[in-house]
Amino acid sequence: MAEQINTDLPYKANLEVFSEVLQRLAVDDKQIVVVTSDSRGSGKLVPFGKQFPEQHVEVGIAEQNLVGVAAGLASCGKKVFAVSPACFLTARALEQIKNDVAYSDNPVKVIGISAGVSYGALGSTHHSLHDYAALRAINNIMVVAPADNFETEQAIELASRTNSPIYLRFGKKAMPSLKEVNGDVFAFGKGRIIAEGNDVAIIATGETVYPALEAARKLAVENIHATVISMHTIKPLDTELLKRVSQQCKAIVTIEEHSVYGGLGEACASFLLQHGYAKPFKIMGIPDEYTVTGSQQEIFDHYGLNKEGITDEVRKLLKR
Amino acid sequence: MEEIKGNEQLSGPPLRDRGKALKIQSINYRKKILQYIVGAKAGHTGGSLSCTDILNVLYNQVLNVSPETFTSPDRDRYIQSKGHCVEALFVVLASKGFFPEEDLNTLCKYNSHYIGHPTRKVKGVEQNTGALGHGLPIAVGTALAGKMDKKNYRVFTLLGDGELPEGSNWEAALSASHYKLDNLCAIVDKNSLQITAPTKDVMNSDPMDKKFEAFGWAVKEINGNDIDELVAAFDGLPFEHGKPSVIIAHTTKGKGISYMENQLKWHHGVPSKEEYALAQQELDEQLLNL
Ligand SMILES: [Mg+2]
Repeated sequence: MAEQINTDLPYKANLEVFSEVLQRLAVDDKQIVVVTSDSRGSGKLVPFGKQFPEQHVEVGIAEQNLVGVAAGLASCGKKVFAVSPACFLTARALEQIKNDVAYSDNPVKVIGISAGVSYGALGSTHHSLHDYAALRAINNIMVVAPADNFETEQAIELASRTNSPIYLRFGKKAMPSLKEVNGDVFAFGKGRIIAEGNDVAIIATGETVYPALEAARKLAVENIHATVISMHTIKPLDTELLKRVSQQCKAIVTIEEHSVYGGLGEACASFLLQHGYAKPFKIMGIPDEYTVTGSQQEIFDHYGLNKEGITDEVRKLLKR
Repeated sequence: MEEIKGNEQLSGPPLRDRGKALKIQSINYRKKILQYIVGAKAGHTGGSLSCTDILNVLYNQVLNVSPETFTSPDRDRYIQSKGHCVEALFVVLASKGFFPEEDLNTLCKYNSHYIGHPTRKVKGVEQNTGALGHGLPIAVGTALAGKMDKKNYRVFTLLGDGELPEGSNWEAALSASHYKLDNLCAIVDKNSLQITAPTKDVMNSDPMDKKFEAFGWAVKEINGNDIDELVAAFDGLPFEHGKPSVIIAHTTKGKGISYMENQLKWHHGVPSKEEYALAQQELDEQLLNL
C-alpha cells in the first residue's frame, strides 16, 4: 500500500548512480569500457575517465561513430557502455543501433542520458520523446528506463552481466527511492509493484513512476485504490503482470516521459486488446504537438504528468 | 589448377609463383561469382568483380584467419563495409572452407542465410553490413580493442568509393588517427562508378589521397586489380608507424568481362544466358593465357 512508502526524499539523479556503479564495477572488471561523445561531463563520467583512462574511449561529438566503435569493441568481448544524450544517440545514431548493435548482435549497452524532457527549456532538439517507439520496433534490443536509484543500480549491474544489446535511459533529476510491495527484486522484463489496489492500475516508467505514486496516495484519500507499477522494461514487456493487473483493476492508466505514440502506453494497449483484456484505458505522455517550452517539471505540469493530472484521468476513467 | 590453402605466405613458394597462383584464383573466383549471381538472379556484379583481387589477396595471402581460428580472439578481422558486394566475399569464404560451396546455390533464396549482404549467420562473416558508412567505425572499435588488449591482430575493412560521402566514414577516420591505429587498414575499392553515374559526377571525393592524409592516415595508391601490387601493398603495412593505413585501390568495375567493364548497367545487372556463356568463355581464355 502507498502508506508503506517512507522514503520520499530525493536522493540522487539516476545518472549519478549510473556513473558511481560503473566506477565501482570497473575496479575489478577490466572488460568494462565507457565510450563517450564529449558527453563525459553530462554523463557524470569525469571521475571514471580519471580513474580508468584505459577503460575510457572518447570519440568527440560523433554519435554514429560512437555506436559503431562501441559495436566493434563489444565484438571483441568488451562490456561497452556507449554514453550520449538520448536525443542524439537514438536519432542520429539510430541506424548504427539498428545494424551494428541489434542486427549484428553486438552486446553494447546503449546509454541515453538526460532523456525525455530532462533538458527542458533547451527545446525539442534536446528532447528524446521518440526513443521507446524507435527502439521498440527494432529486433534484439531491450528498452529500459529505471525509475529510481535502486532500479538504476540494479539495471547497470545486470547490464554489465548481460551479453545482449540493451538500451537504458536516465534523467538528470534527483529521484526519491521507491520500495516494491513484496520486497525489492529487479530483473529486466519484470515490472515492480510499488503500490497495490484494486480500482485502477497506474503503469509508469522512468521518472514518471514517482508522480504516479503521488497520485495513488491522493486517490487513496478519496477511497480509490491504485496499483502502481514501475514498468522499467518497456521491451520485453512484462505481460504476465499486465494480465494480472488488468484482471484485478477496473481501469488502466499508463504514464511515460515520451510521445504518446509508440511507447509504453501503446505497448500495453496492444498486448491487452489482442489478448481480450478490454478495460477503460488512458495513455498519458507528451502529445503529438510542438512541445511546450519550460523546465522538465513545467513540461510535466503542462501535460498533466503530475499528481493532479493523473488523479483527474483516473477519476474520469472510473467516472468518479 | 593450383589451390591456395590457408595463410602460407611465410612458408609458401616464392612470390612469382604465388603471384601466378593468385591470378588463377582470381579468375576462378570471377567465374564462380557470376555463376552464383546468375543462379540467384540477383547480385552486385560490377562491384564484386572489381574487388575480387583485393579479397583474393586478403584471404589467401594476408589475413590470419581460417574456419578453425575464426573464433580466436587473436584472428585478423575483415569487415566488408561495401556489403552489397557480398557475392565476392561468399565465394572467397567458401573457397577457404568456411562453408560448403554448394550452400551458395541458395543465395537470395527463401529462408537462406546467404542473402544479398553479409550476415554473421554465415560462418566467416565478422559483422552484418549492407547500410553504407558502417564498416569503418566498427573496424575502429575492433582495432581499439586490439590495442587495449595488446593483441597483434590486424583489422581490415573494404569501402566502396561511392560510400565515402557517408559522414560516419569521416567521423571514424578522425578517431582512427587520433588513436594511432596502425593495426587498421582500410581499402577503398575505387572503381569510380556508383549506381547512378561516375562517382566524380555524383559526389566527387577526389583528391581522395589528400583527404585521408589530412585526416591523419598513411596512404598508398595502387592498381587494385593487380595481384603483385596488392601483395606488395599489404606486405608494407603499416605504411607508417602510429598511423592507420589506407590503400586506395584503383579498380575496374566489372573487371574481367569485356562487356561489363566500366559499364554502369552492371552495377547490379544479372547476365542473360548468352551473356553468361560469353563471360565464362572470356574467363576461360584468360586462364589459358596466363
Ligand atoms: Mg564504386
